Amino acid sequence: MIITQLPALQVVIPLIAAPLCLLLYRPLATWLLTVVTSATAMLISGLILAQVLDQGVIDYTFGGWAAPFGIAYRIDLVNAYVLMIVSTISTIVSVFARVSVASEIEAHNQGIFYTAWLLCLTGLLGIAITGDAFNLFVFLEISSLSSYVLIAMGNDRRSLTAAFQYLIMGTIGATFILIGIGLLYALTGTLNMLDLAERIPEVANTRTARAGFAFLTVGIGLKIALFPLHLWLPNAYAYAPSAVSAFLAATATKVAVYVLLRFIFSVFGKDFALDTMPLALGLAILGSSAVIFASAIAIFQDNIKRMLAYSSVAQIGYLILGVSLVSPAGLTATILHLFNHALMKGALFLALGCIAWRIGSSRLGDFKGLGYRMPWTMGVFLIGSLSLVGIPMTAGFISKWYLVLAALERGWWPVLVVILAGSLLAVIYVWRVIESAYLGGKDNEAQVGEAPLSMLIPAWILALANLYFGVSTDLSVGVATEAATTLFGAG
Amino acid sequence: MTIAGLYNYWIVILLMMTGFYVVIASGNLVKKIIGLNLFQASVFILYISLGKIADGHAPILQAGISNYSNPLPHVLILTAIVVGVATTSLGLALVVRIREAYDTVEEDEIHDQDESM
Repeated sequence: MIITQLPALQVVIPLIAAPLCLLLYRPLATWLLTVVTSATAMLISGLILAQVLDQGVIDYTFGGWAAPFGIAYRIDLVNAYVLMIVSTISTIVSVFARVSVASEIEAHNQGIFYTAWLLCLTGLLGIAITGDAFNLFVFLEISSLSSYVLIAMGNDRRSLTAAFQYLIMGTIGATFILIGIGLLYALTGTLNMLDLAERIPEVANTRTARAGFAFLTVGIGLKIALFPLHLWLPNAYAYAPSAVSAFLAATATKVAVYVLLRFIFSVFGKDFALDTMPLALGLAILGSSAVIFASAIAIFQDNIKRMLAYSSVAQIGYLILGVSLVSPAGLTATILHLFNHALMKGALFLALGCIAWRIGSSRLGDFKGLGYRMPWTMGVFLIGSLSLVGIPMTAGFISKWYLVLAALERGWWPVLVVILAGSLLAVIYVWRVIESAYLGGKDNEAQVGEAPLSMLIPAWILALANLYFGVSTDLSVGVATEAATTLFGAG
Repeated sequence: MTIAGLYNYWIVILLMMTGFYVVIASGNLVKKIIGLNLFQASVFILYISLGKIADGHAPILQAGISNYSNPLPHVLILTAIVVGVATTSLGLALVVRIREAYDTVEEDEIHDQDESM
C-alpha cells in the first residue's frame, strides 16, 4: 500500500527531483518540476498530518530494519505540523519564484537554482521527519549546504560574502551538533531518539551528558540565529534572491527551533534540560535580548529586506521566550508562532520580492508613493506588518496573545514587558515603511505598475492566511495545543 | 584512565581549538576554510576514538576472536567526512567568486570596499 510508504516518499520525492532538475536544465521545465514536487510534498504532508490526527503516532522503519540497526522515522503531531509548514511555504513561494528568479538570476543558472531549492526542501523535510539523531545531522547539512548556494545566487556581490559568513557559522553550528550527538552516542550506544530518551536519565548526571547537551544547544542556537549567534542572518536574508529570503525566513529557522524543542523535550526531557541545567533562565534572557535589541536595530535599517531580517531575529526571541516559560501554555505559544511567523514573514518577503521586481530596490527612500503605484503589493505588506506588530484579527495577535497568557500564568512580569516593548518597537519600524509608501506623497515620475499576477496571487494567499488564522483559530490553535501537550507530556 | 590513555582526546581538543582559533582570528578567507577543516577533522578523530575498544580487532568476523571494535562510529564519520569535503569545496568555490568580485580574499579589505560603496 502506497499510504504506508508516505513517510519515505515525503523525503525521497524531492531528493530524486533535485538531480532531475539538473538534467532538465531549461528554466521553465525546472521551475515546473519544482512546483509540482513541492505540491506533491504538501499533499503527502497533508495526508500524514490527517493520519496522525486520526490515528496517532506513525512508526516507519526503512527497509524493515528495526530501530537500533536501521533508521526509524517516528512521526508525531509536532513532526507532521512542521512538515506541513515547510511544504506549504515551499509550494507557495516556488509558484512566486518563476518571474522573480527570471529577473534576478541568469538563465543558465536557473536550473542549478531550482536544484538547490529542492535539495534545501529535502533537507528541511528530512530534519522534520526523522527519528534518528545522526540522520538529523545529515539532513541539516543537506539543507544548509544548499541554502549557502541559494544565498550566493543573489545579484549583489555582497550575497557572496553573506553566504561565506553563513557557511562558516553554519558549519561551526553543525559541527557542534555533531560533537553533541557523538558524546550522546558514547554514553548510550544509540542514535535513535526514542532509545536516547530512555537511556539518558540513567546517565544524566555525568559530565559527558552535560557537555553533549551544551554542544547541542549552542550548535542549534547558531542554526536558529538565536541572539547573539544571529550575525549571519541579516546579511544572508538581505542579499539573497527575493524568493530565497521568503523561503528561508519562513522555514529554515523554524525547523531549527523544532530541533531545539525535540532535543529539549523529547530527547533530554524537560527536567534535565530546563531544571537541572539552568537553561530556562538562559533562554529567557537571550530571548528577551533578541526581542529588544534586534527590534531596536531594525528601526535603523535603510534596506527594508535587512530590516525584516532583524525583525526575524526578534521574532525568534518570542519563540525562545515561549520555550523558556516551561509550561504547556508557553510551548503552545511557541508552536503556534512557528506557523504564524512563517505566514507573516512569508507574506512580507513576497511583497518585497514584488517591489524588487518592479523597481529593483528595497531601499526605504524608493518606497515613496508606492502605496498608490503598487496598491495590491503594498496591501500585502500592510497586512503582513499588522500581523507582525500583533494587531487583533491577524495571526500575529493570536500567537502574542497566547504568549502573554503563558507569561501571566507563570507570573513573569518582565517577560510581559519585553513582549509589549517588542511590539511597540515593531510598530516603529514598520511604520517608517508604511509612512513612506502611503504618506510620502506621490512623485511625478513615470507610473510604476503592479507586479504580475503570478507573484501577487501567492503573496495574497499568505496575506489572506494571516487574516484567516487571526479570526478562525480552531485549526492552528487546536493543533498547536495538542502538539505542545505531546511534547510536554513526553518530557 | 591516565593522561596518556586519553592521548586521542587531548589531540582532539588541541586540533579543535587550533582550528577554531584560525577561523576566528584569521582575516584571510582561505585560511578560515583551512581552520574550519581542522575543526571538523578533530571531530572525526573524536568519533573514530569512540569506536575503538581496548584490544579490539577490526570488525570482520573471524574464528577465535570475540572482541571487536565498534564499526558504527567509523561508518558515521565517513558520512561526516563527505559532508566536510562538500563544505570545503563549496567554501573554496565561494572564495573564488569573492576574489572575482572584489579582487581580494582579505576580510577587512572586502569590508572596506563594501563600506565605501
